Amino acid sequence: MALYRQDSSRPETPAVTLSNTDDVQALGLEVDRLKLIVLSFPKFTDGRAYSQARLLRGRLGYKGELRATGAVFLDQLPFLLRCGFDSFESDQPGFGEALHRARSLFSVVYQPTEDGRLPVSALRLASRQ
Amino acid sequence: MRCDMPDTHFYHYDSYDRALVAERVAQFRDQVRRRLSGELTEEQFKPLRLTNGLYLQLHAYMLRIAIPYGTLSAQQLRKLADIARKYDRGYGHFTTRQNLQLNWIKLEDAPDALAALAEVDMHAIQTSGNLIRNVTADHFAGAAVDEIEDPRIWCEIVRQWSTLHPEFSFLPRKFKIAITGSPNDRAAVRVHDVGLRLWRNEAGEVGFEVIVGGGLGRTPMIGKTLREFLPKDELLAYLEATLRVYNRYGRRDNLYKARIKILVHEIGVEKMREDVEAEYAEIKDGALKLAPETIEAIARQFAPPDLVPRKPESAAVERLRLEDRDFGLWLKSNTAPHRVPGYAIVTASLKPAGAPPGDASATQMDGVADIAELWSEGELRVSHEQNLVLPHVAIEHLPSVWKALSHLGFGEANVGKITDIIACPGLDYCALANARSIPVAQRISNHFADLARQHDIGDLKIKISGCINACGHHHVGHIGILGVDKNGVELYQISLGGDVDFGKTALGTILGPAVEADKVVEAVDSLVTTYLEQRGEGERFVDTYRRIGAEPFKERMYGAL
Ligand code: SF4
Repeated sequence: MALYRQDSSRPETPAVTLSNTDDVQALGLEVDRLKLIVLSFPKFTDGRAYSQARLLRGRLGYKGELRATGAVFLDQLPFLLRCGFDSFESDQPGFGEALHRARSLFSVVYQPTEDGRLPVSALRLASRQ
Repeated sequence: MRCDMPDTHFYHYDSYDRALVAERVAQFRDQVRRRLSGELTEEQFKPLRLTNGLYLQLHAYMLRIAIPYGTLSAQQLRKLADIARKYDRGYGHFTTRQNLQLNWIKLEDAPDALAALAEVDMHAIQTSGNLIRNVTADHFAGAAVDEIEDPRIWCEIVRQWSTLHPEFSFLPRKFKIAITGSPNDRAAVRVHDVGLRLWRNEAGEVGFEVIVGGGLGRTPMIGKTLREFLPKDELLAYLEATLRVYNRYGRRDNLYKARIKILVHEIGVEKMREDVEAEYAEIKDGALKLAPETIEAIARQFAPPDLVPRKPESAAVERLRLEDRDFGLWLKSNTAPHRVPGYAIVTASLKPAGAPPGDASATQMDGVADIAELWSEGELRVSHEQNLVLPHVAIEHLPSVWKALSHLGFGEANVGKITDIIACPGLDYCALANARSIPVAQRISNHFADLARQHDIGDLKIKISGCINACGHHHVGHIGILGVDKNGVELYQISLGGDVDFGKTALGTILGPAVEADKVVEAVDSLVTTYLEQRGEGERFVDTYRRIGAEPFKERMYGAL
């Protein structure tokens, strides 16, 4: 399993690994202390960790590394990035290259998420003013 | 190459929408290449192709094209005809979800077909897979007399929000949303994962009733009210909260228990409401709140065409009505009142006697596009009853429209009648089927072909599914027919009393043992005879059934077989 980290100089502890049935909100203030949270995709069609990621980033304001592990394939990357993942374990050939391209695959996004990209609705509003 | 889109009276893409669709085609082209080279296994490829509308059916790939809220321009319909000619066998099938299916697509052609669609601002994104599907709406939207507000404005807002939603692209199961803007629900909002009904409260404000957990399939359920009144600008926040609860807690251990209706059923609607409201409270004043300018900009694009009010009576219509009985019948069944005086909403029946319901050849599609251009402001709708709708026809043009439609084979005066059958593709195409649906529909259609008799029988909805997945909505047919398999023999289970009208939504009740394929027509005939003998003044089939119950129908039907 190869590991792809956005920032390889960051400390990896303290860390916690969660199951995709865990309630991430139970971590509460604990997230401020954590440097790495690992979320899992038992099957790539099981999308619970996307919600966990958004709650961690958006609701709890988690700033550390957020890693996807398990069935992680390159075609999920645009979604994973938008939900706040910034580190990935995957054994799929070509994953690293795909990661480089993933952000530019779609120049347009419709949803506001925690990745900081401006959704189309905001761009339209700005261009109208 | 992209065509110039003519002005339409519905949403037209801007450069952002176009960029997204083009990038999506490029992404899929690459995925198909990787599949063909063996880099992707079928297991890995399957969810990718499904979210681009590509199914593997019994004989070939099927491409399901989204027709958002069932609205199409004449130009778009012509492009669909082109694609059917070029990449398929020259015909397509309009479905109960306001989509168009092409049944004979080659995998290597699929990216080109999608690129061709993109030329007219169309796509097949999210017409399949475990995610938020193409949003459906009242097919009379923007023209109906009883409309409070055009539901398509909200469908478009939901379309954009749900397109490639990063959090909700791998839900436990598919998720269907329908929106109606009229008290007379033509979008079946109570049998969707989420149904939205626009209504005006006592303070005079328009908002949504949010209904959750309806659906047909193996475990048919009628949706429950999650929120009585939701302010319109909070729609996306509320949907996001609902979907988040479903994504986290919906069952994933059993494919047949994964729809949101099972979650709602198991935890109860009160608990569901508590969870959704708690999540909603966290996000309601966030980035998903819709700015008035955003709503306004989209609403403006749905501004109705400038129709000059006309005289409601027309000498040409009167003359032809006296001359031609069929035209008179057609006026009764295939036209509906329009909100502008002197206009009508016309339904082109895709159910000529003996034909497979919902099928249209490329030539027929071109023909209907011409008619729409000449007489309906260049606009069309696909109804969930698998017909096409011409929303803005001047009454004095009705004779011309009827003649032109009849010439194409779409002028049958049978909308809402016994031969206006909904049928799923069934065993002729579908890998999951137990039994054929289309030939059963065709036999019933032939048997009851006489128009005067159909009009005497009156409103009667027959819905046929080839297996318990219920794509033909048999649960809500006045007469529902379900194909079952008993030791390799195709049998049909008959139910009575289903309905999708708002306020009257009901699931049918099975009459008794399933009947053999060659007895279905006789069975239906005996049900109709029972009704004709027992009906009271002004009663429809389903009304008589409700009044006298199943027994007389049952006795007669099994006695006749
Ligand atoms: S109801 Fe069954 S047979 Fe018919 S289309 Fe759906 S899955 Fe196929």
